[in-house]
Formats: sequence, structure tokens, C-alpha cells
Amino acid sequence: MTAAREMPIASNGDVVLVRQYVRGVAVEMGLSLVDQTKVVTAASELARNALVYAGGGAVRVETVENGRRRGVRLTFSDEGPGIPDVDRAMTDGWSSGTGLGLGLSGSRRLVDEFDLESAPGKGTVVTVTKWGR
Amino acid sequence: MSVDLPAGRRRIEQLLADHQDQLIKRWAQTAKASADELTEIYEALRSAIAGDDRDLTDVRGLLAELSRSRARRGFTPSDTARAVFGLKEAVYELVETDATPDTMRGFIWFSLLMDDLGLFTFETFATAREKIIIEQTEQLLELSTPVVAIWEGILAVPLVGTLDSARTQVVMEKLLQALVDTGAEHAVIDITGVPAVDTQVAQHLLKTIVAARLMGAECVISGIRPQIAHSIVTLGIEFGDIVTKATLADALAHALRRSGVLTTERKATRIAIRAEDA
Amino acid sequence: MERVPILKIGDILIVSIQVDLEDQSVLTLQEDLAEAVVKHAARGVIIDISVVEIVDSFIGRMLATIAGMSRMLDAQTVVVGMRPAVAITLVELGLNLGGVRTALNLEKGIALLDHVRSAAR
Repeated sequence: MTAAREMPIASNGDVVLVRQYVRGVAVEMGLSLVDQTKVVTAASELARNALVYAGGGAVRVETVENGRRRGVRLTFSDEGPGIPDVDRAMTDGWSSGTGLGLGLSGSRRLVDEFDLESAPGKGTVVTVTKWGR
Repeated sequence: MSVDLPAGRRRIEQLLADHQDQLIKRWAQTAKASADELTEIYEALRSAIAGDDRDLTDVRGLLAELSRSRARRGFTPSDTARAVFGLKEAVYELVETDATPDTMRGFIWFSLLMDDLGLFTFETFATAREKIIIEQTEQLLELSTPVVAIWEGILAVPLVGTLDSARTQVVMEKLLQALVDTGAEHAVIDITGVPAVDTQVAQHLLKTIVAARLMGAECVISGIRPQIAHSIVTLGIEFGDIVTKATLADALAHALRRSGVLTTERKATRIAIRAEDA
Repeated sequence: MERVPILKIGDILIVSIQVDLEDQSVLTLQEDLAEAVVKHAARGVIIDISVVEIVDSFIGRMLATIAGMSRMLDAQTVVVGMRPAVAITLVELGLNLGGVRTALNLEKGIALLDHVRSAAR
């Protein structure tokens, strides 16, 4: 089993590296093609969020197991300005930047578990998990 | 509780060594298994007990093999666990004739060991069964969801039976892949044989149709029965501009027209005129 | 940074995205395409994404922007070859490509452009 890996998100190139690494882990965990695509897309959105809104951050990529099911867990953390109104940030179309406002709400629909912790000035931690079928 | 007195253990080791043939024969009777199969396990068990570290990996491996093959052959889990406990019985019969305290202590220790192995067998059996069930479910999914070409450039997916979320997802992925593979630009999803559609299933159908559009293909839903139409409306599911037709034939005609194969518009009065003729 | 080549066949521009693009390359492609449409007086743009493994909101927005931009420059855009897994993910993500025309493959994309243009004539 692949050990957890911490990856920096400091540039556009890092976002690509995160996508590629997450894809590899998802394949290894036996996720279906559609599920791989979903989790990689979510990773791309969240990594870009960290880069655009917080000027960078890091992601921890780890594998998880629950009985027979295996999956991928991603923890994105940044020390940016944080999100003042988490509920509002989770609504479709809401955006403080230049995105389409789908980053957070869209990513949540692509994964099985989604957890967001943030407060103004405290940065943001988003944890998502995608399980194999 | 730990009953692990060296003297007792040695006594059991001795018994297993001295009476191997007799024990295996007796064991085979109670376990309803072949003596060959059991001999292998017996020998692995003996060397495991004799070893200092009492490493049971080999025994467990053999037992797992036994339970898996039994699960596939349709034995009950009790039968399988009993096969393990059979050795305990056989040893007990020997111990009875030599009821010294050491031997009895040894037997209790041996008995605990066999209980553990029995439980292990039970667990492996259950796991093997679950695996079989999952495999069968997958096979059933494959079987029950054909994607067929009904015309050049037109695919049909006749859905029959209850649609659950998992099955709908499988069919829909299969349909989208078939669109890519065949280059068909039209697909008809026929739900004549579907007794009910819930919100989730309807959502999956809708998402598939939107996904197909993103790929450059059009889907038509046909065979919506009155009850299903009613429940879709009641659930408040928006079908938007998705084309729905009453029958597969109507949907095919629609797809043929859209793909330019049929150029004549069907006359709406044709059926009425024919009815008058008859 | 990767630069995506733009091919020209008649009055159609063809872009085939072959690698996992970083955001900056996506923006560059957008600009390059707009310039190429004007320079070659192109009437159609085909973006082939048949080997693209994911389309996130950034790339999705690029596709919509290119389509909108070309429309203003009097060219039609067709996105071809989107993979099923990508399409399913886009729908789940809730991304609307803003009415971008799509086709199953390059050949059908070219046919679609012909059809649209003959209809407009």
C-alpha cells in the first residue's frame, strides 16, 4: 500500500503534479474509471482553490481502507484568508475569485465524503474521500 | 485464560506424532473430507505446534483454502467449521484413555487452539461467500444490460426489471462507452420493462442524457408507462428538453428522422383513416 | 510550459490537446486561438479532447470562452471526442459548457461544421 504523501501546491505546475499523483493512487486503489476521473477532477479544483485564494498550500494524499472497500483521501490545507461564510461558499455559483463558483460545491458532488474547516484568518482545510465501489 | 503448560503440550505433540494414521482416519470420518486433504493440514499443524514460535500461517493458509473450496461447492459454514472441530473429537477419544492431569491440561490448550482455527475457517468461509455474491451481482449486471445497435448510428438500451442506482450507473456508463465505440449519434433508452423509477434513478437517467449531449450524441427515452410518468411528475423531476416517446417504435422513428434516414413526416391522420377503413 | 499546436486545414483550425495542461498553457492556447482565427479568417474551430483524461472547471471555462470568442469572430466551435468518464464528471460537477457544440469524433466534428455552415448560408 502506498504511504501517505505530502505535496506542495505553489504553482500551476504543482496542480498538474497533484492530479497525476492522485490518478496513480486512485488506479492502485481499484477505483473505476469514472470514479478516478471524479476524484482527480475534485483534486484539481481544490488544489487550484488553494493556489488562487490562499496563494498556495499543501495536500496530503493517503489511501484508506474500510473492510473490503479501499479509497483515496485528500487533505488540502492552506494558510490563506479563510472562508468567512462556509455555507455560502458551498452554494453553486458563489465565487470570490475568477472561477465559475463550482470549486467547492462541485467538488463535494464528485466525492463520497467532504469536510471543510475554515475561519477568517485561520486558513482552510478541506478533506475529501472517494471510495471504490 | 492461558492454559499453556509445557508438559501438557508435549503430551499432545506426542499423541499427534504416535497416532497420526489413526487420528487422520477418525478425523476424515467426522469431517467428511478426504484423508489426503486432511493429512496436509495435520502435518502443517504438527510442525506449527512443535515449532518454538508456533507460527500458524501455514495452517491458516491451508484452512482458508479448504473453506474457500467448500464455500464454492455449496457446503454450509457449520459443516466447514465442524471439519476443523473433527480433529478435536478424534484427539479427545485418545485422551480419554490416558486421563492424566498433564494430558487433560494439554487437551484444553489444544482445544482452545482448534476453536480459534475453527472460527478462522468460519470467517474465511463467510468472506469467500461474500465474494461469490459480489461476483454474481456483477455478472448479473453485465447480463441484464445489453446495449444493441438497432440501426446504423442508432443504439438501443432496453432496460428490464427493477432499476437501482448501481445498475442504472453501470448501464449508463456502458451506453456512453458504446456511443464512442460505435460512433452512433443517437440512442434510445427504453424503460418499458421497468416497473418503477425513483428520484435517484431518474436523476441518473437525466445525467446520462446530459453527458451524452456533452459528447455529441442525443438520447431519447421511450416506454414510459403511465404510472412512471405520474410518479416522475409527482416527484417534481424536470425532464426539460429531453425527448420522451411512448414506444420504442416512436423513438426509433424519431431517431431515424433526426439522423436524416427518414425524411417524410409521418401523417398524423393515417391511423384514423385506416381505422375507418376497417 | 507546454504550447498546444494549432493546425489549419482549409478554413478550419484544429487543436488537439494531447497533454495534461497547466492553467497557464490553457490561457495561452485561448489567446493563440483567437489570434489564429483572425489571422487565417477561419470559419470553424475544432478542439479534440479525445485523449484528455479530466476536464475541470478551468478547462471547461476555456472551452466555453473559445466558443464565445470564435462566435464573435464569425467562426463556429465544435468540441470533439469527450470521453464518457469526463462527460459524467462534468455533469456531476454542474458545469455548463454554455451551448458549445460537440461531436463524438473529429470526422463527425468536421461534418457538423459543414452542416452548420451550409444551413447558415
